[in-house]
Amino acid sequence: MQFDFSEDQKALQAEVRRFFERESPISGVRKLIDDPAASHDAALWARVGEAGYLAAAIPEAFGGAGAGYLELCLVAQEAGRALAPLPAASSIYQAAELLLMAGDEAQRKAWLPRLASGQAIATVALGETVGEATPDSIVARVAGGRLSGVKLPVSDGMAADLAIVAAQGDAGLGLYLVALDGPGVARRPIKAVDPSRKQAEIRFDGASAEPLGAPGRGWALLSAMRDRAAVLVAFEQIGGAQAALEMARDYALGRYAFGRPIGSFQAIKHMLADMYVALELARSNAYYGAWALATDAPQLPLAAASARVAAIQAYKLCSSNNIQAHGGMGFTWEFDCHLHYRRARYLASVIGATPLWERRLVDAYRRAA
Amino acid sequence: MNFDDTPEEAAFRARARTWLAANAPHELEPELKLSGFAALRLESVDPLAAAKAWQRKKYEAGWAAVGWPKAYGGAEASPIEQVIWKEEEGVFAKLGGPFSIGLGMCGPTVMAWASEAQKRELLPRLASGEDIWCQLFSEPVAGSDLAGIRTRAELRGDQWIVNGQKIWTSGARNADWGLLITRTDPTVAKHRGLTMFFLDMKSPGVEVRPIRQMNEDSAFNEVYFTDVAIPDSQRLGAVGQGWTVALTTLMNERMSIGGGMPTGFPELFGLCAELGLLEDSGVVSRLAQFAVKASGLKYSAFRSISALSRGEQPGPENSIGKLVAGAMMQEIAQYAVDLEGESGLILEAGLAPDGGRFQAMLLRSPATRIEGGSDEVLRNIIAERVLGLPADIRVDKDLPFKDVPTGAARS
Repeated sequence: MQFDFSEDQKALQAEVRRFFERESPISGVRKLIDDPAASHDAALWARVGEAGYLAAAIPEAFGGAGAGYLELCLVAQEAGRALAPLPAASSIYQAAELLLMAGDEAQRKAWLPRLASGQAIATVALGETVGEATPDSIVARVAGGRLSGVKLPVSDGMAADLAIVAAQGDAGLGLYLVALDGPGVARRPIKAVDPSRKQAEIRFDGASAEPLGAPGRGWALLSAMRDRAAVLVAFEQIGGAQAALEMARDYALGRYAFGRPIGSFQAIKHMLADMYVALELARSNAYYGAWALATDAPQLPLAAASARVAAIQAYKLCSSNNIQAHGGMGFTWEFDCHLHYRRARYLASVIGATPLWERRLVDAYRRAA
Repeated sequence: MNFDDTPEEAAFRARARTWLAANAPHELEPELKLSGFAALRLESVDPLAAAKAWQRKKYEAGWAAVGWPKAYGGAEASPIEQVIWKEEEGVFAKLGGPFSIGLGMCGPTVMAWASEAQKRELLPRLASGEDIWCQLFSEPVAGSDLAGIRTRAELRGDQWIVNGQKIWTSGARNADWGLLITRTDPTVAKHRGLTMFFLDMKSPGVEVRPIRQMNEDSAFNEVYFTDVAIPDSQRLGAVGQGWTVALTTLMNERMSIGGGMPTGFPELFGLCAELGLLEDSGVVSRLAQFAVKASGLKYSAFRSISALSRGEQPGPENSIGKLVAGAMMQEIAQYAVDLEGESGLILEAGLAPDGGRFQAMLLRSPATRIEGGSDEVLRNIIAERVLGLPADIRVDKDLPFKDVPTGAARS
C-alpha cells in the first residue's frame, strides 16, 4: 500500500510552496482586499498560468500540463496555505471540470487552453435565492438561445470571461456557456464575507447562451462536477487549516502572560491539539478523495463527501480557534487571523455547505451498504 | 497513491490467508464477531482455554509474536507484515486479549533490558501463550503522573523486598509474571528513584483483588505487595533507571498502529437504517460527522501503514487514534441509546435492543478515555511532541520525592 503522494509529487508541492511564498505574499492578498474595484490579482493569476500549476489535470491536448489530479490536489493545498487570491475554485475546480465532462470538441478547444494558461477565467453561475439551489429553485431561463435571469452571488463574477450558467430550458434544467463580454450581460461587484475571493451579481437579459452537455442534464452534471471540485477544495481547506494552526502555535510560543508562554497552559495546548486532530482527520479523508478522483473510482461520491465534510469542519475549527489563541489582537483588521476565518467560510459555502454534504455523505453510505 | 500490496506483501498475505483458512477456530467466529468493546465473551467454550489454544497453535506454526526474533519465539516479520497479519487474523485476534499486554508491552521491555538467558527462557513462553504477563505500573496515587508511584523496593542481601499497592492491573488474576515498577530511593527526585523488576505473580505476599467496575465487569484488579521477595537477578536496568525502562514499555504501547480500535460507527449506522431514520436531517447530520471521524481514522492508519511499507516510522498522525476513537465510542453509545427511546434503558440480556450492544458500550466507554493514556495526557503529547509547545511547569521536578506535596500532607 502506498496511500501517500509520491516523492515526485512532494517535490512539486515544495516547489509550488516556494512559488506562492515568493509570488503571493500576504501583502498581495491585502492589496486586493483593500481595493473594492479589483476583480482579482491579475498579475498573480498570469504567473500561475505561465507556471502551469493549475493546469495540472487538464490534458495536454487542451493546453494543460496533463500531470494529473494528485498534482492538482497538492497545488490546491499550497494555494490554500498561501491564502492565494485566485479564482481557482471557479475557473479550474468547477468550470474546467464541467467543460471536460460535458463540453463538445469545439467548446473544449475554445476554452480549456485559455483557462489552462490563465488567459481566460470561467465561473459557474448557479444560485439565485437564499438556501441551497435545487433544480426547482432556478428561475433563469433560456429560450431560443437567449438567457434571461439574475444570478447572485457569482464567485469571481467580475473577473470571469465565461460563465457556465444553470438555467431552465425546454427539457428542464440545463447548463449554458455565456460569454460575459457580450450584449445582454450586466454585472456589478458585491461586498462579500471573503473579499479575497470576489463575488458579483450578474443580470442576463437576452444574452447569447450555448448549451453545454445534453439538454435537461444540468443538475446531474453539476452534481457530478461537485464531487470532483469537493476534493480539490478540500485540499485548499487543509492548506489553510494547517497555516491557521501554525499561526496559532507560533503566537502561543511567543506571547507571554502570567510570566510564561501562553502555549504552556493546558487550556491553549489542548485547544491546539484538538485543531491538529481535526486537521489530520481531514487530511486523511482528503487523501481518500484524491485517490478516488485520480483513479475515477466508483467510491468518488463517498470519498468526496467525506473529504468535504471533514475539511469544512477542520478549517472552521482551526481558523476560529486561531483567533481565540491570539486573543483581542486576533480580532483586529491588522492581524491576518480574519483572512483565514473569512476564507474558511468562503470555501465552506462554495459548491454547497455542510448540511447538503452531510446528506450526500449518508446517501453514499446507504448506496455502498 | 494506491492500496495495493507489493508482490512481497501479497505473497505474505496469501500465506497468512491460506494458513488461517485451514487452522483458525472458525466455529467460534459468530461469537467472536458479537464479542466486542474490550471484553472477550464466549459462551460455548472457556475463553481463557480457547485463547491459549489459539495462541499455541499460532506459535507452533510461526504466526505468534510475528515481529519478534525467531530465537524468542517470533517470525521476524517486518512491521508491514505485522500489519498484514493483523488484518488477516481479523476477528480471531480478539482471542489474543489475555496476551496483548504481555506481547505488546512486557515482552518488548524484557527484550530490551533482560539478560540473554532470561530472554530465551521467558519470551518463547510468552509468545506461545503458556505464560501470561501483566503490567504493574499504576497506583492509587499515580496514574497519569506515573513517576509518582510509592510502592517501595528495598535491597536485603541479594533480594529486593517489595511493599505497596498497584491498581488497574488488567489480567492480574491469570498472570504468571508481572512487570513491576518500584521506588527504590525516595531521597532523590521522583524520576530518578525508580527501579524496574519482573516477578513471579505466585510469589508469597502477592494478593490480587478484582475491582468491581462501574459496568459490573472485573477485568481490572488491585495488586497488594506485602514483603514480597524478588531476586536482584530479576531487575531490569540499573537501580534508579526504572523511568527509562518504563519509557520502553510506554513507547511500545503508543507504537501500535491506530485505526484498529472500534468506534461503534458501523453499528450506529445499522441501527439508524433499521429504525428508518436515514431521512431524518438531525440523524443524517450526526451520522455524517461520526462517519468522517471513522473514515479519518481508517485512512490515517493507512497513511501509517504506507510509511511502514516504505520502511519508515509512522508519523505523528498515528497519535490521534485512541483520542478520537475513545471519545467517539462514548458519544455514539449515548446517541444510539437516545435513538432507542425508553427501550434504551433495558440492560437485561435477551430484552435489550440490539443485544444490549450500545448499553454495554455506554457503560464501558468511560474507561477507554482514561486507560493507556487519558484524553488529557494524549492532548499534552500532541501539543508537546507534535506541535512543539512547552511542557507544563512541574513544581515537583527537582524536589526529593519524599518532600513532594501530596493531598494527605496538606490536611
